[in-house]
Amino acid sequence: MMTSLGTCRTIALCILITAAGIRAVNGAPLGLPPVPIPADNPQSQAKIALGDRLFHEARFSSDGKVSCSTCHAEDKGFTDHRRVSRGHDGLLGTRNAPTVINSAYMQTLFWDGREPDLEGQSRQPPVNPVEGGLPNLEALLEIIRNDPSYVKAFREVYGVEAPDITIDQYADAIASFERTIIAGDSPFDRYEYGGDKSAMSEAAIRGLEVFRGQGRCVSCHVIEQTQALFTDNRFHNIGVGFKNIQGREEEIAGEFVKAKNAGADVDKTVLSDPDASELGRFAVSEDINTVGAFKTATLRNIELTAPYMHDGSQKTLEDMVNFYNNGGRVNADDPFSPFLSGGIRPLNLSEQQKSDLVEFLKALTSPGIARQVTSTRIVTQ
Amino acid sequence: MSTMNRRRFLRTGGALLAASSLPFSLVKIAFGKAASEDFTFAYVSDSHITQIKGKEFVRNWDRGLIRAVAETNLLDPRPDFIFYGGDIAQLGKPEEIDHGLEILAGLRGDVHYVMGEHDYYLDLGEHWRKRLGPDHYSFDHKGVHFVVLNSILTYDDWTYNKWDTPMRRMKEMARLDNPQGSPFMVGDKQREWLRQDLAAVSKDTPIVVMSHSPLQKIYKGWNFWTEDAEQVQALLKPFAKVTVLYGHVHQIQYNQIGNISFNSAMATAWPWPYPASFTQESSHMPKLTVAMNRADPFFDRDATGWQFINLQTGDVDVHYALPDNRDRIVAFNEEKGEPVDTYYQPESARIPPQRHF
Repeated sequence: MMTSLGTCRTIALCILITAAGIRAVNGAPLGLPPVPIPADNPQSQAKIALGDRLFHEARFSSDGKVSCSTCHAEDKGFTDHRRVSRGHDGLLGTRNAPTVINSAYMQTLFWDGREPDLEGQSRQPPVNPVEGGLPNLEALLEIIRNDPSYVKAFREVYGVEAPDITIDQYADAIASFERTIIAGDSPFDRYEYGGDKSAMSEAAIRGLEVFRGQGRCVSCHVIEQTQALFTDNRFHNIGVGFKNIQGREEEIAGEFVKAKNAGADVDKTVLSDPDASELGRFAVSEDINTVGAFKTATLRNIELTAPYMHDGSQKTLEDMVNFYNNGGRVNADDPFSPFLSGGIRPLNLSEQQKSDLVEFLKALTSPGIARQVTSTRIVTQ
Repeated sequence: MSTMNRRRFLRTGGALLAASSLPFSLVKIAFGKAASEDFTFAYVSDSHITQIKGKEFVRNWDRGLIRAVAETNLLDPRPDFIFYGGDIAQLGKPEEIDHGLEILAGLRGDVHYVMGEHDYYLDLGEHWRKRLGPDHYSFDHKGVHFVVLNSILTYDDWTYNKWDTPMRRMKEMARLDNPQGSPFMVGDKQREWLRQDLAAVSKDTPIVVMSHSPLQKIYKGWNFWTEDAEQVQALLKPFAKVTVLYGHVHQIQYNQIGNISFNSAMATAWPWPYPASFTQESSHMPKLTVAMNRADPFFDRDATGWQFINLQTGDVDVHYALPDNRDRIVAFNEEKGEPVDTYYQPESARIPPQRHF
């Protein structure tokens, strides 16, 4: 892995190539399905390389310091290890940066699923007032059009000259790059799909039983017969963050819908207004069944992506397991959210079961990713 | 309510998907004559709050009602009032009724209550009436005449002479497929009250009747049934537009008999399967002795829900708010002259029923 660094554009890109070379099943690492590639955005080495560069471009921010990789850093498991992400000039958002690893498989993007695909996702952060802070996407295009090396790369990939470079092309390239950040082949994958029953520790094997049984985890963090994405791509209210808006849901939801109808941008509102952020999927669907519901996150490489939950409120895997064990509450005597998903209930796990479950979660780390990550110490803000 | 407001209501009311595919002609003014103002109300039913012991209640049923209350409070614009369709309690205990009413106290707005058999057969409705008042009554709202009936009474002999304890009576009435059971009825006394109540109402006034059991005969073994349904229907027949809304069945049903539209409510507690037969012919289906097949056993709230209702010049559109599911709308279709599910799957798209023997 490390020796192949020189020939790979990035470490991330190497993961796919290495994994595919060793354990390819239909071109995907062990435990993962083939990467879905949209027909209108085929992969090419040149496009991936362009997307890689755009992903790391800090000029797409008002202070010239924030790129995609600021919050989705390779050495932090493609997250930022912060409770919530920090944008230009130190401004804080409202949500925890989800990992880019395996985002190619997601059916919706962002915690509230407000974009249907990777091509839609990357247009929002550069112009969000608490992320990139650019006035508009035209400003981003101007940076590209005035950089001869970008113009050359776009010409090579898309056959266009500077004035014809579009935001779609920018987004397509980043999506193509992100589709290479794929990681399976974890101890769990080798145990479950690779026939290597010694790949996981005894504790992790017991933890898998808890995961599938009394812990009820698998109902949302799906494991299938031949693959495991550890997400159902659905939205659930699991009780996280509800205390922040408890008793004010009606007022906050009402204000939000009013503002949205008047033209307010969902992306900008939910990342700059902590109350609106807690509405979760409702902000997109306006469906009152989805108040406080957030997308099921994948669990792959979770050991490397602390802190957890949409608001980064759970610092460790142990904290997170306790939260679920309490039925969606930090403490066993906290109130339940009235909007709590029907699947969330106290689990009555023993200390042994809880620690086994944590061991299992640690067995979801892909070896290639693990080697890149320098530290999982959470950055305090 | 303007068309704009109506659209907003649909969207905010949890029907984004359905609303986007909803033929809006269905929900626009269905009558040339604007005899009544359009308005909305919410309808929560069948919570079956169950006491385990002392202050301990079955969590699942509590959560269903708590969620329905929280969601109802988000409706925008506000419904004019809320109906509760009966069966607050599971075994009619005062503790269960009180606990349910404590949760329902979180509802913002006036609540009208309907008596269910689970509220009744322990103390014959004494505690319920003490807390909530009469079990049959009527009122007018924006040109619509609302009637509430207690439709879960039965033969006096069964009620008063057959059982050694009130709890035994309650439990017998709670059972499905119970050969010792007895059919629901409105009864002579209440039908006479209804006749007199309706005598003062003009025949072009839209009537909405709220009952717990269906005022139509669907399946006797589960008391999806009212013994004197035809006699009640006859009293309603002279009116131009009548809708009966009922709980009890824990599933979506709709029907049209003459001038009367029927719509059911989902339960906040649990779903029932559809009964095996809608006819009175003998059924060779095995008795329901296993837990029903659930679409998604993980989600306690799956196949439960509550509803909000648009009343437009007397026509009823029922919007089913279904957690973890696609919402459904059963709207009165003027062309067909009956309620119609606005999203009805073609046969080919349906999942065949599974059998357990």
